[in-house]
Amino acid sequence: MAASPLDDFIAVAARTLDLPFDPAWQPAIKANLEVSLTLGAMVAEFPLSDAAEPAPIFKA
Amino acid sequence: MADNFDWANAADIAKAVASGKTTASAVTEAALTRIAKTNTALNAFTAVTAERARAQAKKVDASDKMKLPLAGVPFAVKNLFDIAGMTTVAGSKINRAHPAAKADSPLIARLEAAGAVLVGALNMGEYAYDFTGENVHDGPARNPHDITRMTGGSSGGSGSAVGGGMVPLALGSDTNGSIRVPASLCGIFGLKPTYGRLTRARSFPFVASLDHLGPFARSVRDLALSYDAMQGPDIEDAACVDRGFEPTLPLLERGVDGLRIVTAGGYFRKGASPEALEALGTVAKALGAAKEIEIPEAARARAAAYIITTTEGAALHLDRLRKQPNDFDPAVRDRFIAGAMVPATYVVKAQNFRRWYRERMLDIFKDCDAILAPATPITAPKLGQVMFNLDGVELPVRANLGVFTQPISFIGLPVVAVPVPLKPLPIGVQIICAPWREDVALRIAYALEKMGVCATTQPKI
Repeated sequence: MAASPLDDFIAVAARTLDLPFDPAWQPAIKANLEVSLTLGAMVAEFPLSDAAEPAPIFKA
Repeated sequence: MADNFDWANAADIAKAVASGKTTASAVTEAALTRIAKTNTALNAFTAVTAERARAQAKKVDASDKMKLPLAGVPFAVKNLFDIAGMTTVAGSKINRAHPAAKADSPLIARLEAAGAVLVGALNMGEYAYDFTGENVHDGPARNPHDITRMTGGSSGGSGSAVGGGMVPLALGSDTNGSIRVPASLCGIFGLKPTYGRLTRARSFPFVASLDHLGPFARSVRDLALSYDAMQGPDIEDAACVDRGFEPTLPLLERGVDGLRIVTAGGYFRKGASPEALEALGTVAKALGAAKEIEIPEAARARAAAYIITTTEGAALHLDRLRKQPNDFDPAVRDRFIAGAMVPATYVVKAQNFRRWYRERMLDIFKDCDAILAPATPITAPKLGQVMFNLDGVELPVRANLGVFTQPISFIGLPVVAVPVPLKPLPIGVQIICAPWREDVALRIAYALEKMGVCATTQPKI
């Protein structure tokens, strides 16, 4: 079965970013990254103005 | 109050020590005996500081105990707090090679200045990236109400030690729910103060944007006593605010009349088990909190907290991931490696969204003083349990135990988690207040305790 784009991304990212990688870890890393990318996209699609900036030190 | 102080609250112990009914040394010895006896079952403690505790107890006994609000009160801390002379392991194998801490966490120092006696360090999920209380290196902390079940995490040892009667007071950390989740599953009270209220200096970090420290106890008075003793600015923690001392203890008995208390609906009902909803309903009814509100974009807030957590955590541990990947708990390592691959654009968006969400929550608090919400979706799962079934849907335990706590700590709101003693297992409810209004959350929790709606129950271990 051909590798998915995410499989390719993980392999390339691990090499490029000098992250440790063992093929046995691939399914767990992929599962975690899939969740993160889904949640990240959910956050990113929320419309905010260009003036919305993060606080350097967050104050409640 | 029991004569042996085995299940006594901190306030009762301090009163007995101050009055001369007992001594700090006697209370300390009893606590050390209790820990030795109970820890084999609960695995809450990873280190016992017996020698230090005896020395501190002697010091307390020789001082003016009337001036010490926590005179002789035994307490323990999650093992990410620095304890002078000991290595701060933070639930990991890797940190065991670190040198011993040179000084105590300021929160330990402040509690001891109030007369409390540190008796040890507590089990936790590795590097606090955990909601279960399980630890591959030290074994799981066990739930005192059923030792085959999870404590919740990551402050699992703190929940177990207090709920199991080993100590009346413990400290933990809460990044996404790590005080409130174990408080809920272990049936005790927990306070996550406002972000920036209590110094985090000399504790091992996880996510600087979201980390909080706070106490666990078996009574609301004990939460207030310890919290008041720990307040104060600290230039060592960049997020710690320079606010004056705002005592909560004198305000506890003001009652709830006049307070506008509402219940969170929508996201906070969806995904809650019948037990979580029963507990919420019981608390809401007792407080007359009939109005339900919708917290906008709570699911997105949780998503943003998740992104900030996984990326900041990965950044913190990057060197360790590269050099010692096989020394991590594999589940934690794989989450951090994935976190290191998340695009930075998502992280910035998450931080931007945080400010938007904060504004909406502050708007809500213009019309209410407190919001009630479940602390956990379910009661304590079995140790090792991976999935749970809710309304016919299979959900992962690890990711979902904090589903109701994450959207709240995301913007640093103060919360008291109160235990509702359902049978066979307890479950918690969050009392969420506006920033810096820990006093209101504690007042409401105290009223619930006085009404008998919320209470810790002594387990048979």
